[in-house]
Amino acid sequence: MSAPGPLLEVAGLRTHFFTRSGVVKAVDDVSFALARGEVLGLVGESGSGKSITGYSIMGLVDPPGRIVAGSIRLSGRELVGLGHEEMRRLRGNRMAMVFQDPMMTLNPVMRIDRQMTETIRAHERVSAAAARARARAALVAVGIPSPDERLASYPHQFSGGMRQRVAIAIALLNRPDVVIADEPTTALDVTIQGQILHEMQKLTRDAGAALIWITHDLSVVAGLADRIAVMYAGRIVEHGRCADVLSQPAHPYTRGLLDSVPSRNPRGARLRQIPGMTPSLAALPEGCAFRERCPRAGPACAQAPAMQESGGRGVRCHDPLAAVAATAGP
Amino acid sequence: MSAASAGVAPRADPARAAPLVELRSISRRFVKPVDVAGRIANAFGAGVREEVVHAVDRVSIAVQPGEVVGLVGESGCGKSTLGRLAVGLLAPTGGERMWRGEALDAMPRERRRAAQLRMQMIFQDPYASLNPRMRVVDIVGEAPVVHGMITPRQKVEYVGLQLNRVGLDPTLMRRFPHQFSGGQRARIGIARALAVKPEFLVCDESVAALDVSIQAQVLNLFMDLRAALDLTYLFISHDLGVVRHISDRVVIMYLGRVVESGPTEALFGDPAHPYTRALLAGVGSVEPRKRSFAPVRGEIPSPLAPPPGCHFHPRCPHAVARCREEAPVLTEIAPGRAAACWLVEPSPGGRRS
Repeated sequence: MSAPGPLLEVAGLRTHFFTRSGVVKAVDDVSFALARGEVLGLVGESGSGKSITGYSIMGLVDPPGRIVAGSIRLSGRELVGLGHEEMRRLRGNRMAMVFQDPMMTLNPVMRIDRQMTETIRAHERVSAAAARARARAALVAVGIPSPDERLASYPHQFSGGMRQRVAIAIALLNRPDVVIADEPTTALDVTIQGQILHEMQKLTRDAGAALIWITHDLSVVAGLADRIAVMYAGRIVEHGRCADVLSQPAHPYTRGLLDSVPSRNPRGARLRQIPGMTPSLAALPEGCAFRERCPRAGPACAQAPAMQESGGRGVRCHDPLAAVAATAGP
Repeated sequence: MSAASAGVAPRADPARAAPLVELRSISRRFVKPVDVAGRIANAFGAGVREEVVHAVDRVSIAVQPGEVVGLVGESGCGKSTLGRLAVGLLAPTGGERMWRGEALDAMPRERRRAAQLRMQMIFQDPYASLNPRMRVVDIVGEAPVVHGMITPRQKVEYVGLQLNRVGLDPTLMRRFPHQFSGGQRARIGIARALAVKPEFLVCDESVAALDVSIQAQVLNLFMDLRAALDLTYLFISHDLGVVRHISDRVVIMYLGRVVESGPTEALFGDPAHPYTRALLAGVGSVEPRKRSFAPVRGEIPSPLAPPPGCHFHPRCPHAVARCREEAPVLTEIAPGRAAACWLVEPSPGGRRS
């Protein structure tokens, strides 16, 4: 992850929303780096800022939201502060996003072929026939049967799983370097979810794209991600290699999340739960945001903890469960 | 209710007491009749036919007192329709509903009404199932007043007790649903169902919309309430992890039919039906191991035009000629376990339909 500098580097990103009831710090000092071919699982519950992190990278934050600080570099090029036209050239071309609801991507009154060729021809001068051939190949790649017929269909003629495949095909049309997937399988059935994960895994591997997989479901990232970053109340509270974070969580919140998963508890026993609920981002308490729900909270937690990094692993806690900082593993 | 009447037809094992709730070969068809345009077209010989969906197709299910039965299936398999049939929110188009061994249809009206009140439903979406213009005190307190369980003057005190029981602060009862978080709203839905003192609860995807940490809290609440109030659950979910955790017995549905049922550990440990196996293979685990996702082929077919024979055969890796022609019947494969598949050996005991 160090050879020629990372593909995507996010440093000190802060995206705030200036609402009537105050400033909502949706993303507050988020940093991570991503290498080519790497899969990052960005995990958090609703309101943790994981989706806004994705939107910020894509330049899709609308007022009253604004990136107030930090930098986002794609192959060394700074994206924060780029103009609309320059961002438009990157979006759908070098960076693409797959949304939870495929109808965010698809235009309901436009045939699939038009939507797909438009995506290609917005970024490249190719003939209509060549664009159509590429669109067809993309549909085949995501496992859509009878692609010629499907190209001439409208989105409402597809099932939910098929629509999500089309959305993924569109995202991958221009072979982007970075794909951001925002819970694309959450609304899908188990067997369809397996198919989509299979396709995404294959496509990122073949194309060498970096993938950010945003989810609240630890069981999805466990099998997919190389690295995991856990977000809570706008901040990354823990990050590291997938296996390390899941087998030896350092932050009490990560531990709590893992413990609440039913399959990690003896059948029929009470689930180990995290007390309380996620705090409102508009009225965050001073100090560590997790303090009021944390079983290990002490007087030190009144001060916001800094990220302690070591050996590719980081935790934002005064009293971590696993010693990450001082005695990093060999 | 008078306890199990002697006139119940003998079932597979007469030793056991009558189930609390039993659905016998119950069906629900939804018919979209031919509209005016279609009728006009038909006058010219267009042959437009009414569309029929067999949402639930001759399903039999029995829930014993105190049991938690998990009902699993993907969207469109008819599990929610079955849940609504079980509590009586939908009338069946075929089959019988039994309450403590008595057919509900044969009961006198008053008794039937009383029995009906013992069955309640907790809905999936805590946003859509609470009236946004009603205060919590009315949402939870309305039904007990209507059914004469309390007087209107006792409402505030009674609702306070109900809210306490589900872990909500009673001082919030004057608030509206939008002033609560998702987890709190789920609790309001539970308090509303429990306010009429039910014995049988159908929970339709009641934790699906919640975050992991809140989901754990609500599941714990379900289990605490079950112990405290002697409740019986039909727990509908697509989340196999959740179902495995809380159910005693599991029923798997595919396109309107039951494909497999059995005690939770036996079914999860050794699934018999190819569809159950496919579902279990799709379940993620939080074990940090890179794995290749091996998908089941194809999608759930449209219930408007289900495939002939076994509904699962177009996606099944083991399908043989017989599967395409003849629908397999649910057959006992081991004590307490049943599967509907031609390729699964029935237990020597014989078969039932």
